[in-house]
Amino acid sequence: MGKLYDELACDYRFKEGFKTCINCGTCTAVCPAAEFYKYDPRKILDTIQRKDDAQIEELLKSDTIWYCGECMSCMTRCPRGNAAGMVIMALRNLSIRKGYFTYSERGRQVYPLSKVLVGNILKYGYCVYPDTFAFEDHVESGPVWKWFLEHKESGYARLGANYKGKGPGALRLIADEDLAELKAIFDVSGGTAQTEQIEHCSEEKAKEMGMTMEEYLRHTFEYCSPKHFNG
Amino acid sequence: MIYQGKQKIWSDYQKDIPDDHWFYARSCIRQNFFPASEKYFLEITKGLLGKDICDNEHHTTCGGIAYHSDTIPQETAMTIVARQFAIMTECGYENLVVSCITSFGNYNETIETWREFPELEAKIRENLWKACRREFKIPKYVAHASDLIYKFRNEIAAKAVNRLVDRNTGEPLRVVEHIGCHYSKMFPHKGFGGAEYPCVLSGMVESWGGRVIDYPERRHCCGYGFRQYHVKANRGYCVSNTYKKFESMEPFHPDMIITNCPGCPYFLDRWQYVISEQTGKTYGQNGYGIPVLTYEELAGLMLGYDPWDLGLQTHQVAVEPLLDKIGVKYDPAAKYLGVNKEDIMRPELPQFLKCH
Repeated sequence: MGKLYDELACDYRFKEGFKTCINCGTCTAVCPAAEFYKYDPRKILDTIQRKDDAQIEELLKSDTIWYCGECMSCMTRCPRGNAAGMVIMALRNLSIRKGYFTYSERGRQVYPLSKVLVGNILKYGYCVYPDTFAFEDHVESGPVWKWFLEHKESGYARLGANYKGKGPGALRLIADEDLAELKAIFDVSGGTAQTEQIEHCSEEKAKEMGMTMEEYLRHTFEYCSPKHFNG
Repeated sequence: MIYQGKQKIWSDYQKDIPDDHWFYARSCIRQNFFPASEKYFLEITKGLLGKDICDNEHHTTCGGIAYHSDTIPQETAMTIVARQFAIMTECGYENLVVSCITSFGNYNETIETWREFPELEAKIRENLWKACRREFKIPKYVAHASDLIYKFRNEIAAKAVNRLVDRNTGEPLRVVEHIGCHYSKMFPHKGFGGAEYPCVLSGMVESWGGRVIDYPERRHCCGYGFRQYHVKANRGYCVSNTYKKFESMEPFHPDMIITNCPGCPYFLDRWQYVISEQTGKTYGQNGYGIPVLTYEELAGLMLGYDPWDLGLQTHQVAVEPLLDKIGVKYDPAAKYLGVNKEDIMRPELPQFLKCH
């Protein structure tokens, strides 16, 4: 049994999501990502089942494990009670811990995701927050949302939200003592260590690619090579 | 009563949820994009039906989006969840009602994992004590907010001033229902009707006079995919999934779509705009799109609330064709007014998608 496999097997999502795969391919048949990307969860589970560390390492360094949308449609349908999506979560976690995520284009996207989502949680107490939802980065939100964001104080008040206000309500100001508790949770539960690991590995990769961190952030957020898609 | 045949099978897919006394956990995405839906959830359950729902300011994100975007470890996500449970416990509540489907899945995943691995629950309790000096009881019941509206759908119907019926023809409106993936795909026994026959939204539609459309891609994901949306480079995945659903439902001519997930109504609405900009194609009648509503927005329309109080002006797809079919009264001139009727101008018009 290989070391990477052993580490993977310690993850509770792996324990929950991986029993014995019979390679029937039901997960792939129902998977929205498999239709769109060059992605086959059946093959991933089969690779892991072989417990070959070299193959698992290759997987951890690849784009493949980052294609899943974690909709968990596979979890409903597997006749053996596996959840390929949960296994993917364990693989991604291990890829980050080992620093392998920067080897692939899709893996490197962990950096902008961490910047925005972890940044929002620790600064505002929300995963998504109007002040960091720039229209320029979300043109698909349409002219209606461009208009709304330009008038968000009045707009949110019109809709009964408590934007940046004290007390309960939608988009209320999360108090400093509550934010401090979130930070303390990150510190004791590995969240801070993982954020620092993402930051450190991304800085190393940016150097290797000859980019400043700002350039690396934009590049990883925006760049998409055509190699990922089904024909 | 002795259940047999289909009745027996159907009873296995039901869940009996408490009638009252809930702690409300809000949703990150809904607070951003559908704040009025959360307001009207409270208005309907507390104000209209007289239920006891606690809306506490100290709870935060559950971390679910960050967790499913793989930016925080499972232990961090679970400790944030534990803090939510602790605040609920401190407020004296045992039932948790959750605005977000991702959170609903997150809370259920946490509880189910702890049930199987008690040592992990012990570790998370230790984490929470170290970080926050808080303790908690696991909720006796975790419901999604749409479960409560489903439970009280007939009471809402009894108080309704509008029906899901075309006022000109008398025919039931044709409604597509779209259920968020993490409602019952992960833990089928947690949702009304399970993953096979989820009825949380179809039950509302039928109770309020509409007809549910069955179509091939009914259970396909909207395409959110967490990292697939939050990274600009990946959004082709999202729009492709939505496109697949719209192409599949188009031949059935839906009058509207009802959803129970925070992201789904946003994506099913906005990607219609993107598809129209990219291809010129629209899916509603006469160049309009198909309106996509949250269940609170639809319940609010049935109960006669003002559509602009419900926030329908923040949808990209114009809702007026639906309002006209139902016979909902509205003031077109008030659509884009800010608070206290402030003039905050109007959005620009899309190139193809017809808007009022």
